[in-house]
Amino acid sequence: MTAAMVRAEGVRKHFGGLEVLKGIDLTVERGQVCCLLGPSGSGKSTFLRCINHLEKVDGGRLTVDGELVGYRQHGTKLHELREREVAQRRRDIGMVFQRFNLFPHMTALQNVMEAPVKVGAVPRNEAHERAQQLLAQVGLADRGHHYPAELSGGQQQRVAIARALAMQPKLMLFDEPTSALDPELVGDVLDVMRQLAADGMTMVVVTHEIGFAREVGDTAVFMDDGVVVEAGDPRRVLVDPEQDRTRAFLSKVL
Amino acid sequence: MTVTKDALGAPPAGGPRAPELDVVPVRNYGRWTAAVISVLALVGLIGSLAKNDNLHWDVVGDYLFADLIFDGLGTTLWLTAAAMALGLGLGTLLAVMRLSSSPVLYGIATAFVWVFRGTPLLVQIIFWGYAGALYKFVKIGVPFTDITFFQTETNTLLTPAVAALLALGLNEAAYASEIVRAGIQSVDPGQTEAAHSLGMRPALTMRRIVLPQAMRVIIPPMGNETINMLKMTALVSVISAHDLMSNIQDVYAQNYQVIPMLVVASLWYLALVSVLSVPQAWLERRYGRGTARGAHASPLQRMFGGTARLVGKKNKEDGR
Repeated sequence: MTAAMVRAEGVRKHFGGLEVLKGIDLTVERGQVCCLLGPSGSGKSTFLRCINHLEKVDGGRLTVDGELVGYRQHGTKLHELREREVAQRRRDIGMVFQRFNLFPHMTALQNVMEAPVKVGAVPRNEAHERAQQLLAQVGLADRGHHYPAELSGGQQQRVAIARALAMQPKLMLFDEPTSALDPELVGDVLDVMRQLAADGMTMVVVTHEIGFAREVGDTAVFMDDGVVVEAGDPRRVLVDPEQDRTRAFLSKVL
Repeated sequence: MTVTKDALGAPPAGGPRAPELDVVPVRNYGRWTAAVISVLALVGLIGSLAKNDNLHWDVVGDYLFADLIFDGLGTTLWLTAAAMALGLGLGTLLAVMRLSSSPVLYGIATAFVWVFRGTPLLVQIIFWGYAGALYKFVKIGVPFTDITFFQTETNTLLTPAVAALLALGLNEAAYASEIVRAGIQSVDPGQTEAAHSLGMRPALTMRRIVLPQAMRVIIPPMGNETINMLKMTALVSVISAHDLMSNIQDVYAQNYQVIPMLVVASLWYLALVSVLSVPQAWLERRYGRGTARGAHASPLQRMFGGTARLVGKKNKEDGR
């Protein structure tokens, strides 16, 4: 129980000849909200995707709840996990995408029920009841029978959060959840995330919402060019940073 | 029809009321002339066909509902259905193989498509019809040993109907695989990522998330393929598979009424193709769920929707 929820030690990743992550060290404790900030191309989204193995780590150690991501260690050898084992571990990690990625051929309710029924083997009526509760939790109790195309961006993103929560994850990953939204819809989504943080969910959030990071985040991590430039209390990192690069970035976005 | 009232809404109380104006549509004299000429040409053609004694409408009438024709129709129909089922099943497997990261599976699927799409269907049909000349016996056993579980003569196994099914089905698989592959690739990769992040395994993701969305892209060309298949079954008459066309040929080989018998065949093919477009429209509607708003309308609603809307609007206006 003492293990950190996410622990990265010298995590590296490259796409072809391009090194995107150049040794990331980072720890997210249980119940904490960690906000990743930085200019586009800094590797923050790639790092987030490494956490649930949507991207394969090329070097270093990355563990979630004490278990290596994508590998099993036997002595000095790392064995790649099988499809089934990778899927098994992903169940415990919820992910919310910038472009929502709701299943367009299913209603909001079916989107939320799909994984519990098909992956978690939860009985259909039980999953239905729980999906209704989750939709109510994100303020969309009356939208269950709408298809994604019939919902606004903000509503779609809240359904996506409910869908990720349906598997009762111990960790939630948010990949720029409000970047594709109209400004007036951002607030509703941030409210849901704020409530989630207050309920004690461990969250890693890639975001450009400095205000949200400052208010809700337990730690803020500023990344640039594949390295962590500065990390710590968001009320310090995002208000009075030590590094020039952080200061330059903040002056541009604020 | 009043435009101004609708476009501007009710005028403010007490303000000057806009006058109601009549709309006069443009008259297309060129279009009218073309329509008149086309109708005259069509009437002339139909008239000359009706008066042509060589057409022998009496023969057409005699054979249109003959038992022999219905036997052939039965074969044509099950051959179409079975060949499409084989083609779609094998085609989906080939599509998944071509998208696989294994170079061996990719290579085999690519070679299959290359061979079966690259040779004429007629050649393939005759090949399967005469496969007995290549392998006299079909054996199933352990290779390089004398152990044999099953053995029979090729010609007893490969009847004309089976040969026809193999030829049409394998050829269709090559085309279907390309259609299915395009369909799978049309689905946003974010859908797969979302499914994976929920803990869904690749096979389940393909079945529940990717294929249902790919169907929207797959169904219209597969409908075309089915209609094509129905007509291509006529080719298997070269190996006497007793389909509609084979039986028609048998008849005119004896009574020499080639043209009337071809009219019989054409009428039946036309009727079947017309019936086939119904399930296609139904499938398109089913897999269009959650996408375009118009996709929820049935084909009849879509065909007459335009007039219905106009009428509805008119009524609404009148009701004001």
